[in-house]
Amino acid sequence: MSTVFIALQANEETRPIIEAIEIDNPQAVVNREPAMVKIDAPDRLVIRRETIEEQIGRAFDLQELQINLITLSGNVSEDEDTLSLTWNS
Amino acid sequence: MQIDLRTVSIKPLRNTFDHLARRFGDKPASRYQEGSYDIQAAENLHYRPTWDPDQQLYDTGITRIVMADWYALKDPRQFYYSTYTLARARQQDTAEANFAFVDSRGLAGMLPDELREIALKLLVPLRHAAWGANQNNTLICGYGYATVFTQPCMYQAMDNLGIAQYLSRLGLLLGDTEALEAGKEAWLHGAAWQPLRRYVEDTLVLRDPFELFVAQNVALDGLLYPLVYESIVDDWMSARGASAVAMLTQFMSDWYGETRKWVDAVLKTAAAESEHNRAVLREWISAWSARAAAALVPVAELALGTEADDAVGEQVAALSARVAKTGISL
Amino acid sequence: MDMKTEKKTLNLKERYRLLTRDLGWEPSYRSADEVFPYVKYEGIKVHDWGKWEDPFRLTMDAYWKYQAEKERKFYAIVDAHAQNNGHLNITDARYLSALKLFLQAISPGEYAAGKGFARVGREFPGVGTQVACQMQALDEIRHAQTQIHALSNYNKYYDGFHAFADARDRIWYTSVARSFFDDAMSAGPFEFMIAIGFSFEYVLTNLLFVPFMSGAAYNGDMATVTFGFSAQSDEARHMTLGLECIKFMLEQDPDNLPIVQGWIDKWFWRGFRVLGLVSTMMDYMLPKRVMSWREAWEIYGVENGGALFRDLARYGVRPPKGWDDAEKAIDHMSHQIMLGLYQWSFGTSFHSWIPSDDDMEWLAKKYPTTFDKYYRPRWNHIKKLAAAGTPFKNFGLAKLCQCCQLPVVFTEPDDPTLLCNRETVYEGEKYHFCSDGCQQVFENEPEKYVQAWLPMPQLFQMFDGDVAAWMDWVSLRDGHDNGDYDGSRDQQNFQQWRGLATSNQ
Repeated sequence: MSTVFIALQANEETRPIIEAIEIDNPQAVVNREPAMVKIDAPDRLVIRRETIEEQIGRAFDLQELQINLITLSGNVSEDEDTLSLTWNS
Repeated sequence: MQIDLRTVSIKPLRNTFDHLARRFGDKPASRYQEGSYDIQAAENLHYRPTWDPDQQLYDTGITRIVMADWYALKDPRQFYYSTYTLARARQQDTAEANFAFVDSRGLAGMLPDELREIALKLLVPLRHAAWGANQNNTLICGYGYATVFTQPCMYQAMDNLGIAQYLSRLGLLLGDTEALEAGKEAWLHGAAWQPLRRYVEDTLVLRDPFELFVAQNVALDGLLYPLVYESIVDDWMSARGASAVAMLTQFMSDWYGETRKWVDAVLKTAAAESEHNRAVLREWISAWSARAAAALVPVAELALGTEADDAVGEQVAALSARVAKTGISL
Repeated sequence: MDMKTEKKTLNLKERYRLLTRDLGWEPSYRSADEVFPYVKYEGIKVHDWGKWEDPFRLTMDAYWKYQAEKERKFYAIVDAHAQNNGHLNITDARYLSALKLFLQAISPGEYAAGKGFARVGREFPGVGTQVACQMQALDEIRHAQTQIHALSNYNKYYDGFHAFADARDRIWYTSVARSFFDDAMSAGPFEFMIAIGFSFEYVLTNLLFVPFMSGAAYNGDMATVTFGFSAQSDEARHMTLGLECIKFMLEQDPDNLPIVQGWIDKWFWRGFRVLGLVSTMMDYMLPKRVMSWREAWEIYGVENGGALFRDLARYGVRPPKGWDDAEKAIDHMSHQIMLGLYQWSFGTSFHSWIPSDDDMEWLAKKYPTTFDKYYRPRWNHIKKLAAAGTPFKNFGLAKLCQCCQLPVVFTEPDDPTLLCNRETVYEGEKYHFCSDGCQQVFENEPEKYVQAWLPMPQLFQMFDGDVAAWMDWVSLRDGHDNGDYDGSRDQQNFQQWRGLATSNQ
């Protein structure tokens, strides 16, 4: 098992995004650190546009993640609907 | 305990960094100055490049232009990353609104067929020329000397890419993916485009960053932008009922109006430095602008037909006058 | 007249292909070798640049839009920080040593990386690769500038920041970072990508930025938190570029594996040594510490690096050669470097200090197997000398490693009581190294590393040992910028200004 992670700045814009990530990744662990939220998951983490849109009540472009992204780990695969992080382990 | 730090009035120990105080005097520096002057390593470079051991890592000797201080080549727009990005983001908002307007009102569909054809034939292959410009400005940024000169080249390179992408979107909007395929085919094999492609490929092998600056930003773009976006799109096509096309190229017109001021300032400062520089610049500008003019005639013919010669001639005269104002008479 | 026609719907990938990758063409008036002259000499074989996978498919419109938003946020905070005396919010002015070191050694590296990425953004023949590198070039200019802008206000009130541009080229410890970036830039385009894009960005910047910026948050420094996290948001793109690039090289030809593996070995070790400075910032320079260097290494080195190399194993890549030696050094390096900085503090444009009793308790807890045994006794000895009015100063020249340029202060991987010192004779000249890792880097390319500019001998060659003249040359103001924090002008001013803020005097 390898850990993938994504870290986002802790602010009002990322709060619903983090909630969406928790909904889509029940195995994920959310670590709240100063000014930063780091989400770890075993081998795979998926971020879904639709889930975020349900949380924020407006259209969301996954590339908006760029604004508050701090770091990530894993192979990135992105299309309109999902951004996934994976390790082959 | 909440400390109200605003109420504390303390005197700073100093106004600015030493290297800026040496250049501009002991006073607070602008963010442009802080972000642009002397931030490139200058001394005690460790290793010679393995890709060309005759060069140093940062080398003033790879161009024929000689400057006592390369930091003299100030950008009059004083663009550093933030001001650059904010300026382009605003322009991008306008461009986006223009594309949306043309699309949502079906203005593309209302274009006379003949004019749409001309717009596609003329503008879509230019996205490849803009990619060439991107390559060249990236090279100038990479190998040129001093941040005040090189950072605007990186901004210019990204603008060139942005323009190539706007032209691609224009192609998609007016003629879908087939328009891009046809445009590339014309760029690669169409007779009208071969002199220009040859010009671009000949600039891609230049390794003197300043000559490249002249060949790309002065000679080619100094003729191409006013010819294509001002004379042909804004005037000639709009007069014939294709102002929708001008909406889609507004970014390019505005961009050229802004960036030429920077290009002129660079020329002016370099020419004022010495007779040697002036002579080299004159030689480069004459040679490259003559070639660029010749390469643009068949391109202009796609829209203007037999009037193309005159239209290019006007631009050559205008460029000559523009360059004369920088102290270089051709 | 035409009706509005139905357009094909393009997905993100296809749209990006048309808007970016389709812009390039095979030159025919000039040869590809003329246009891309540096892409073959390193021996990396690429058969099809079309196989390049774009990590983030950002077109310029999106780039401008999102980056502008980041910039607006960043400068709003930096302006507020300057207007409200935000510098008085930090826990203690000792903390600033970390920022001084950062501005002198790391920010110039960001700028150099920008230059390097502009070069490779032109030299690679694949459009997708070029554009990703160009965006990174632009981002790196951003990082250098936002760092200078964020720290500019500190420069107005505190010593040690004012001559960062001079320090970058002349003072001794900055050449650790400078030689690293010079080394990468003087390499070919593929090696540069492994050096900066992969080793530095992917394997190491998390260690640099994330714990360090969390440390800034713990210590009340909002300006630094902001530039750190704002820069790091671009890093996510950069790291992904580095990873894609290494996968691309490995997938293109099996012959690339040994070359790439050699670079991974080299650049891991080079990067690890640069991060030695960060270990010291984390363990010693933060008045309020967020995690130890050891803890950060566990998360971002062991766990994250481990995952990465397990993933890359499918290409036949093994973890870097120096990995085990690195692991053995983790519990020692921050102490060894801080002891070195303290004894040579006459020549640093930042302050160092003897850790307090509280600090030593914390260090003992975080380093249970090493601190009390090896380092507390040395600090206690130094403390005694200081109390007796004879502070420990080493005016002798530090012997620098010919490769990483750190003073030779590290111990043998398997014997923490024995100083590690390696020597190689090349063309009749003797060269010194701090470790097997550094010695191997040299021996693989001696003709390169003999060129290294070593700042310490300069003191003798140029100034005949005249320390005052040397200080002048490196723009170091003796008595203000250097020496012990205890009794420094920074300490006095900070206490006085804080006093003004918290009382009615």
